[in-house]
Amino acid sequence: MEPILETKQLSHVYSTGTPFERAALVDVDFTAYRGEYLGIIGHTGSGKSTLIQHLNGLLQPTSGQVFLEGKDIWESKERTRQTRFQVGLVFQYPEYQLFEETVYKDISFGPKNMGLDEGEVDRRVREAAHFVGLTDEQLQGSPFELSGGQKRRVAIAGVIAMEPQVLILDEPTAGLDPVGVEQILGNIRDYHDAHNATIILVSHSMEEVARTVDRLVVVNDGRIPFAGAPREVFRHGEELERMGLGVPQMTRVFHRLRAMGLDIDPSVYTIAQARQAVLDYLARKGAR
Amino acid sequence: MALKDITLGQYFPGHTIFHRMDPRTKILLTVGYIAALFLCTNVPAYLLAIAVLAGAVAVSKVGVKAIVRGMRPVLVIVIITGVLNLFYTPGQEIWRLGFLRITVEGIWSAVFMILRIMLLITCTFLLTYTTSPILLTDGLEKLLSPLKALHVPVHELAMMMSIALRFIPTLIEETDKIMSAQKARGADFESGNLVQRARALVPLLVPLFISAFRRADELAVAMECRCYHGGEGRTRLRQLRFQSFDWIALVLAVLLIAAVVLLGRLPLFP
Repeated sequence: MEPILETKQLSHVYSTGTPFERAALVDVDFTAYRGEYLGIIGHTGSGKSTLIQHLNGLLQPTSGQVFLEGKDIWESKERTRQTRFQVGLVFQYPEYQLFEETVYKDISFGPKNMGLDEGEVDRRVREAAHFVGLTDEQLQGSPFELSGGQKRRVAIAGVIAMEPQVLILDEPTAGLDPVGVEQILGNIRDYHDAHNATIILVSHSMEEVARTVDRLVVVNDGRIPFAGAPREVFRHGEELERMGLGVPQMTRVFHRLRAMGLDIDPSVYTIAQARQAVLDYLARKGAR
Repeated sequence: MALKDITLGQYFPGHTIFHRMDPRTKILLTVGYIAALFLCTNVPAYLLAIAVLAGAVAVSKVGVKAIVRGMRPVLVIVIITGVLNLFYTPGQEIWRLGFLRITVEGIWSAVFMILRIMLLITCTFLLTYTTSPILLTDGLEKLLSPLKALHVPVHELAMMMSIALRFIPTLIEETDKIMSAQKARGADFESGNLVQRARALVPLLVPLFISAFRRADELAVAMECRCYHGGEGRTRLRQLRFQSFDWIALVLAVLLIAAVVLLGRLPLFP
């Protein structure tokens, strides 16, 4: 696989020279590959938010480098600016950043800043609105009249409209009801499939990332202790629990079964996998 | 410089004698020190004032770096004041270019003015760095309580002030967040002419105001839920009490003012 975003020996220290000095990232080597659906997981204060703000050049590393398609994003001012458009970042509770009179104008803020012509801006706004399921009528209304979930989808559309190659979302489903969660995750999946975009989903919920991502990066204490397919990461059940992250309920049940002496694969995390693991176990037992 | 690094009016927790001092003492000390500053008229008096404040900073363990950092936002004011004093003080002329002229008195008054402002700011920083906002307003409320007799709503004013102080860091953080979010959409706050820059602030200010109003609303509801109804009959969890070192500090402050006044009478320097 071809890497699209990379960090090398990335470190970041906050509030240097005050009593609040704190290292948020320590020598982090992180890679995201083209077209993958990546999950970043870590509890509050683990450094995951600091990490993603380095990926699109919002924060400058204290030391180390960030590469987009092999080129250092801090090489020149123009390059940093272009990185912001190619690596779209949706912050936590993005609905609080809406400011325009109409939904349409708000979504067009990003594409307009890119210096695109009017026709292209219009195409992108309509396409982004379509991805998140906004009607033409809603596009002309005020964003402040929408519900919380709708506002959030407008904000996400505002980033999608820049058609970034990499889309990073920080806790995009926080505080939404189950229906809203499914809608947002569906919207993100649609964008991923339609543009072969790299998606980086930041979350603290193992359940949520486990069923959506291809690969998982765990951030803890400013470092990356584990990275890999969810199955591989969930093998470290105990360490994850110690980091305050835990594993999906399904995985926990199977870890327990194994601890009880059953020869069963504990790295499952979906119902389908669990069913397969149980069937395998029974088959082996029957054969004996 | 990230917005987060602005330390103006921020509290640094600690356990030094300054942190433990009664907030009323610290407010009185600050007022006393500022009064002394304005009574300073010559070099020895300023040296004394600098020495006293340097000692206080050392005791408080706030750190010179933090003070210098806090000074940065007011640097422009300091420089403008200095320049104005330098050019507009009448007296013995030593340099002239067109309408600009520098006098001996001008140089002295510029130096004194800059020193005065910097000492004044450092001294107030010391107060806010070592006193939590809650204690600060508590102290202020207590000090101003005699005004209640004149129907001044002292408690309400103190409450407003403590809420305002409490929300400064929150709003700074919020500003930082919204700025980052808009920058991620290509907003540019750093370049362009004045008009372009002012226009670039709209995507920042609108969400900021909306969230400030939302916060105010939520806070009001939360306060009402806890039956807040103003200062009438309200008691405190932490009673303020003067300790021996509070009295010592106050006596020292009076001595400082007296010393400065006396030094001013010495006919040593301009």
